[in-house]
Amino acid sequence: MMQVNTVMNIWIVLPILIPLLTAVGAVLAWNWRRVQRVLSVIGSAALLGAGLKLLLTVWTDGILALQIGSWPAPFGITLAADLFSAIMVVLAGLLAVTVTLYSLASMDMERESFGYYPILHILLMGVCGAFLSGDIFNLYVWFEVLLIASFVLLTLGGERAQLEGAIKYVTLNLMASALFLAGVGVLYGIAGTLNMADLAVQLAKMEHPEIVTAVSMLFLIAFGIKAAVFPLFFWLPASYHTPPVAVSAIFSGLLTKVGVYALFRVFTLLFVHNIRYTHTMILIIAGFTMVTGVLGAVAQTEFRRLLSFHIVSQIGYLLMGLGLYHPAAMAAAVFFMVHVVLAKSTLFLVSGVVHWLQGTYDLKKLGGLYASAPGLALLFLIPALSLAGIPPLPGFFAKLALVGAGLQLGQYVISAVALAVSILTLFSMIKIWNEAFWKPQPLAATCASAQPVLLIIPIVLLALVILGIGFFAGPLFTLAARAAEQLSDPAGYIQAVLGGA
Amino acid sequence: MEIILAIVIGVLYAGGLYMMKRRSIVKLVIGLALLGHAANLLIFTMGRLVRGRPPIIPTGAGQLQAPFADPLPQALILTAIVIGFGIQAFAIVLIKRAYQTVGTDDLDDMKATDGI
Repeated sequence: MMQVNTVMNIWIVLPILIPLLTAVGAVLAWNWRRVQRVLSVIGSAALLGAGLKLLLTVWTDGILALQIGSWPAPFGITLAADLFSAIMVVLAGLLAVTVTLYSLASMDMERESFGYYPILHILLMGVCGAFLSGDIFNLYVWFEVLLIASFVLLTLGGERAQLEGAIKYVTLNLMASALFLAGVGVLYGIAGTLNMADLAVQLAKMEHPEIVTAVSMLFLIAFGIKAAVFPLFFWLPASYHTPPVAVSAIFSGLLTKVGVYALFRVFTLLFVHNIRYTHTMILIIAGFTMVTGVLGAVAQTEFRRLLSFHIVSQIGYLLMGLGLYHPAAMAAAVFFMVHVVLAKSTLFLVSGVVHWLQGTYDLKKLGGLYASAPGLALLFLIPALSLAGIPPLPGFFAKLALVGAGLQLGQYVISAVALAVSILTLFSMIKIWNEAFWKPQPLAATCASAQPVLLIIPIVLLALVILGIGFFAGPLFTLAARAAEQLSDPAGYIQAVLGGA
Repeated sequence: MEIILAIVIGVLYAGGLYMMKRRSIVKLVIGLALLGHAANLLIFTMGRLVRGRPPIIPTGAGQLQAPFADPLPQALILTAIVIGFGIQAFAIVLIKRAYQTVGTDDLDDMKATDGI
């Protein structure tokens, strides 16, 4: 029995091992850029494959848990994968493939020779590790792994804007880590364990739930900084537009989402004793995050900064699902997560092609792209309209489900805010469309006509996935609903990790 | 002993936050380091302070007699110190490069990426 489990559970480790091995291979091939590129593509494809296999296994066999070194939980290091984790790993794999392909064409030689590919895969390892960790201290360690990799990716190249952006990014993220670490310390002090499933059991028995609520606020702030929620998001629009587009795309798709994932994990598994306080707080934060993000975006005229503010705004929708704390709302949030990760990264990749064609990100100087590159215009419209929530794109279904759940639960204010923000999102997407694609180009300056195929393939790939989700929303919704069910009933997770107890 | 450590932790947090609010990037990094130390000491104190009782099972006895010093917080701190060391090394190189590229160590002059 034990043997069978070990073989089956190998799928949990692979999403961490594959990027690690790829990174090690790429470091060994430091002087052979071509080898690094090939390895990177193979590693990303393998990660996607492993993620899909993991998702399939979790779907058929239920929540998986693996005790590293066979130390029984709660003493050993635990990896656990429920459907939500598995979905996130698949998303990480999908982004790994597309961003790697995009990097092949867009990354300059200098960055490639100074370890771009190995660090990209270390980042993926950290991200997957955070999704799969079943232990709160290990979650901290994986956060640090992905942080240090993201620091290097952000600063690689050493341009002035990159360094200035990096100082803000590094400072706020390190502060969040210090708070997270303090929270872990206090949690260990009151509960005497670090295994998340065991923590859930111990915290439920706590005599003074107020202390738990106080600690939960430490976690809310720490993960809130990382997820870029109101009012802690200012580092994001100050830094995400500074590195090369491939890096911006993977950051926008994955990094803040790791923060959101961590919030979902701790506020569905650990801190569910004072929902009226904690989850109402999350709901209020969600509303402000949506509004401030989209208002910031409306004011922007730089393509990537505008998109950066939209990341913040979309985080608000995800938190709304958590704040409502109802299976239907969380299912909508999981669906929303899939859609927003894909749409956001696609938009960043499109902005890179726009820059390739016209040499600027400034919307005022862009123009005429609908005439010169109609295919690209279509590829922009798919994620942009999905983000705004136009049927039959997945963003529509995600928002419909989210607002529907909000109305059903009687949370009219947040539902109205979500709808209003939707309109503003559409407005700012139309602004990009008018400025960059529709109006004639103001200065017939630099105008490369050919688009490298490798830049377009990943965008087409992502756009097809978005369309596919839109047309086959049913199956994904079933998946999201099952994932939300697992999140809202922690008993299954606890049993999978701790065994029959 | 807990009281003394609690005060030390508070002073470290206060000092760290104060340093982070200075305009110099060097002080910013020192502030971040202090925050890390405060968090480490907090874990140490939260793990309960027990003197002279190492967590070693005496020969003949089946299991540990409480009270004993909990080794886990120390393992956590060790991990956190190593991570903190790496990150501070990175941060110091970062501020050096930023100083060379931007030509100032004043955070108020690093606004190129902020404008709304």
